[in-house]
Amino acid sequence: MSNTYDPVEVTPLHADEVARAQADALAAIAAARDLDDLKQARLAHAGDRSPIALANREIGALPPAARAEAGKRIGTARKAVGEALAARQAELEAERDARVLIEETVDVTLPWDRAPRGARHPLTTLQERIADAFVAMGYEVAEGPELEGEWFNFDALNIATDHPARSDHDTFFVESVESGKVLRTQTSPVQIRALLSRPLPVYVVSPGKTFRTDELDATHTPVFHQVEGLAVDKGLTMAHLKGTLDRFAEVMFGAGITTRFRPHYFPFTEPSAELDLRCFVCRGSSAVPGNPPCRTCKSEGWIEWGGCGMVNPRVLIACGVDPAVYSGFAFGMGVERTLMFRHNAEDMRDMVEGDIRFTLPFGMEV
Amino acid sequence: MKVPLSWLREYVDLPAVTAQEVADRLTAAGLKLEAIHSHGHELKNVVVGRVLEIEELTGFKKPIRHCKVEVGEATPREIVCGATNFSEGAVVPVALPGAVLPGGFEIGSRKTYGRLSDGMICSEAELGIAESSPGILLLPQDTPIGADVVELLGLRDDVLELEVATDRGYALSIRGVAREAAIAFGVPFRDPATVPAPADGGESWPAAIADPTACDRFVLRSVTGFDPAAESPLWMRVRLARAGMRSVSLAVDVTNYVMLELGQPLHAFDRSRLSGPIVVRRTRPGEKLETLDHVVRTLHEEDILITDDSGPISMAGTMGGLHTEISGTSTDIVIEAAHFSATGIARESRRHNLVSEASKRFERGVDRELPLAASWRAVQLLAELGGAVADPGVTHAQAEVSPVRITIPADHPSRVAGVTYERETVIRRLEQIGCTVTEGAAPAAAAGTGVAATGVLASGDLAGRLAVNGDDLITVTPPTWRPDLTDPNDLAEEVIRLEGYDRIPSVLPPAPAGGGLTEEQRLRRRVGRALAHAGYVEVLAYPFMGPRDLDNLLLAEHDPRRRATRLVNPLSEDEPYMRTTLLPGLLKTLVRNVGRGFADVALFESGLVYRPEPDAPATAPVLAVDRRPAEEELTAIETALPRQPLRVAVVLAGEFERSGWWGQGRQASWADAVEAARTVARAAGVELGVRADQHEPWHPGRCAALTVTDVETGEQVLAGHAGELHPRVVEAYGLPPRTCAMELELSLLVPAGPVETPAVSAYPVATQDVALTVSASVPVAEVEAALREGAGELLESIRLFDVYTGPQVGEGNKSLAYTLRFRAPDRTLTVEETTAARDAAVAVAAQHTGAQLRGA
Repeated sequence: MSNTYDPVEVTPLHADEVARAQADALAAIAAARDLDDLKQARLAHAGDRSPIALANREIGALPPAARAEAGKRIGTARKAVGEALAARQAELEAERDARVLIEETVDVTLPWDRAPRGARHPLTTLQERIADAFVAMGYEVAEGPELEGEWFNFDALNIATDHPARSDHDTFFVESVESGKVLRTQTSPVQIRALLSRPLPVYVVSPGKTFRTDELDATHTPVFHQVEGLAVDKGLTMAHLKGTLDRFAEVMFGAGITTRFRPHYFPFTEPSAELDLRCFVCRGSSAVPGNPPCRTCKSEGWIEWGGCGMVNPRVLIACGVDPAVYSGFAFGMGVERTLMFRHNAEDMRDMVEGDIRFTLPFGMEV
Repeated sequence: MKVPLSWLREYVDLPAVTAQEVADRLTAAGLKLEAIHSHGHELKNVVVGRVLEIEELTGFKKPIRHCKVEVGEATPREIVCGATNFSEGAVVPVALPGAVLPGGFEIGSRKTYGRLSDGMICSEAELGIAESSPGILLLPQDTPIGADVVELLGLRDDVLELEVATDRGYALSIRGVAREAAIAFGVPFRDPATVPAPADGGESWPAAIADPTACDRFVLRSVTGFDPAAESPLWMRVRLARAGMRSVSLAVDVTNYVMLELGQPLHAFDRSRLSGPIVVRRTRPGEKLETLDHVVRTLHEEDILITDDSGPISMAGTMGGLHTEISGTSTDIVIEAAHFSATGIARESRRHNLVSEASKRFERGVDRELPLAASWRAVQLLAELGGAVADPGVTHAQAEVSPVRITIPADHPSRVAGVTYERETVIRRLEQIGCTVTEGAAPAAAAGTGVAATGVLASGDLAGRLAVNGDDLITVTPPTWRPDLTDPNDLAEEVIRLEGYDRIPSVLPPAPAGGGLTEEQRLRRRVGRALAHAGYVEVLAYPFMGPRDLDNLLLAEHDPRRRATRLVNPLSEDEPYMRTTLLPGLLKTLVRNVGRGFADVALFESGLVYRPEPDAPATAPVLAVDRRPAEEELTAIETALPRQPLRVAVVLAGEFERSGWWGQGRQASWADAVEAARTVARAAGVELGVRADQHEPWHPGRCAALTVTDVETGEQVLAGHAGELHPRVVEAYGLPPRTCAMELELSLLVPAGPVETPAVSAYPVATQDVALTVSASVPVAEVEAALREGAGELLESIRLFDVYTGPQVGEGNKSLAYTLRFRAPDRTLTVEETTAARDAAVAVAAQHTGAQLRGA
């Protein structure tokens, strides 16, 4: 660059020229309709080859005294253009965002059921829920075979040879009626196995599949499920049995839901009781004349739930437990029946047939 | 047991409470109310009338009478009636206008058959006494005209239908229920069995007990001159009907009435049909009997029989013989009242599929002291109502029986219940049910020769083990009507129930320290959840299968799954086996769902299969119960039982990923079935080996054998199979095309131990892609295993991202493209290091599988 002053070369630095360049730039920026336009305007009016940038390069050609003023003029113009660009940029970006995001709007209510939906059977999850209630009370879950020895299923439980339950009207016999093998008719043989195999005291609950030769109908199924509980310890009484079942009823059906015992007969318990559950829907109010009826308990106020009692000392003896030292209680209830009244399931056939419409609504828990 | 309250009130002074209140008390005492049947409460305005005039109306399809009936009013009523079994002067029940009959049937004054009918002359059925009746109910001539029929005949009554537990035979009688009701209300009980029954005067008919294990008391009484035409009185017919029994004839009705009242089943013989002395014995070879129902029955050697010189004349306690039955001409009657073996009658009843009111009672235990009184009551009724003369004599054969005695500490009921009962309370309650209570211990009574009680008596060592020790002993002799009371706890139950089960407090036992669920139990839940989350719906199919399933599954002759346990009495002859695989139940459930309109179905089941061992003993011994069995005895049972491993299986058909607005879905495939196995294995924390296999019922080219590592031996064990089903299986079951399945033995999936925490490196990853060409027959799993082996410790992960077959890799080859990711725990890897590792991986793959680096 020459140190000599050349009046022609510095024309762009004239105030008029700078003002025109600034005005052109601002006009172009204002005229930009979208971000692409603005990019062009930026190149043309604020880029390296824009009039203002070119003018800026000429400042060195001015006499030193004039440089400051010209510099100031250019600076002002550049700042004005820069600000206009930034403002317009923000404006157009906002405009674009608003437009594009609206254009990209989808219908979020569209279904997305691509993956298949599964579920666990409510009889399985109900057995787990029941087991969990007892596990929380310190019980362990005991199990046994479904095809069972007659001794476990009957004799050890004090069910005499001539008991009606032992006929082929009730029991599935295996291979021959003399084989000593049956499909277990109750989960009670697990009591025997628990007492024979576990150190005392024993507190176990045993959910499982059981078999009786009933025809399948709305309220019977030949293959069904029971949950059995057994506690054998020193000094256990019927009061402990009542306390345990009351607690269980509360865990399953909510605070204040208790149980009731009615005298009954079971060979494996003595004393024995039938177990009623306080209706968890009407809480007993429907049994009072004049109150609205209750579908769940048929306005009886109580729901028949299962059986229970103090383990018959004969059962303890058959398992080698000394009834003079230990006593115990046992209880049992039908899982299908519990599902029926807990969930208003009206037909047991639905639980058996495996129709996915029955099972799917239960999901993963019951 | 149906108990009319009016009958009950004859023997117990119940307070003025409702039937429901009586039922509530009885339910609390263990006689559970099934239903209350109310009779006659709506019945009103029915009075006694006398027919004065009868005019037969003609010109109608059936005989119609227009009657004038005096009903105790100023003028007789005109009534039109369609029945013809009455004549002028007959005394009949008349429903006056405004009367309401059972079923809410209202009687009005109306015109019918052209005449005024100002009421209705009633039959037994119309009054709710009988189910049906042939004509008008004719009342005795001396019945007061105008009297209220409902009051007069006792038609207004409530009947409690009670459920009687199998050990409470005594409660199958008005007598037994009345005793319980008296205790429940704390009011006196009048025992109808304490009638003075003459027991002398010679034998009424010769009889003997030949088998004291079958019968330990046999009583006969007889009447002569019975009027076979005599009808049962109305009050008796009403009671029988209310109690649920049909009126047959006076002689039969009397035996039934006494049975209902006292609980003693009776049998009536036509004396003229008996020949020679009666003997109670078991069957002799070849004996048969034609019973009352005209069935000729072949008798079993253990059947208990009543016989005379002609052979069997009655099956004891179950059904009488036809020949000696009371007929319309019988005038001389022999009444049998006996005490038979409860188990003997139970077996006889079941063997012949004959359940009668008598057998029900004998099976549950009848009072041994009743026969003399009950037979006396019966002959008295026959004399009174049938014009007969009661024979003063009685035949009384019996075997010696020692009473049961039970010694307990007086606080035993308290210790069982967890409630303190006063000593006096215990004794009072036991005495209320009829026990004799004495202070101190008494030696156990010597066993008599009589029939076994319903409760099995303890003897020898068992009696000793059942004995409860303690201070303040009392000795209790249960009453003869309670053969169920044999053990100390039986007595405890009586005290506790009479004091009220509702008095038992609710006390949680001190919590034991439990160990929670076992690993196996937790695993089972995880597997169920994992499969459900993966899209499978759980089913619980019946665990039965049939020979057709074995064929449908294409199982070979010696396939172990053909070795199945057979049921003696299966639900259906089509499915007599216990399942050896979960697949038949799942496949049938799948077909059912498809048939109900669900084309896309994925199901799973987890449950036992039953696998009998070929050399297992045929029988499981039935062991003694008076002690703990020896270990060898228990083992003998276990070895006779089939192995029952837990399995899990899935079946799936249709789309596994659904088509939708997003585009085409994906059909369920062999790969989903194998993935289901991997899902299970992951839930179990077990590594699953997969290799090609050919195994029924799967497609031979699309079947994977699934293996797991045996924790003990470290060897790979076959745990199941997965893949697409064989097309012939699909056809046999009617399944959708290309149905897939997986079955895995869950019992074999045992996690090796706690998971080792991996080292997580923060250094950068280095990625290398390799494309290998291998023969199409080389399983991908082998290539991957070789790459892993060669890549060494720096390899973090390996992923197959492309499989290509086509001209570029040559016929019979495939190209496999992998991404290998390397990372070191302690440094950033150099390019040289990762390249070396990659080359090493490729080299091993080349060596093991013949793989060649593409482009090399």
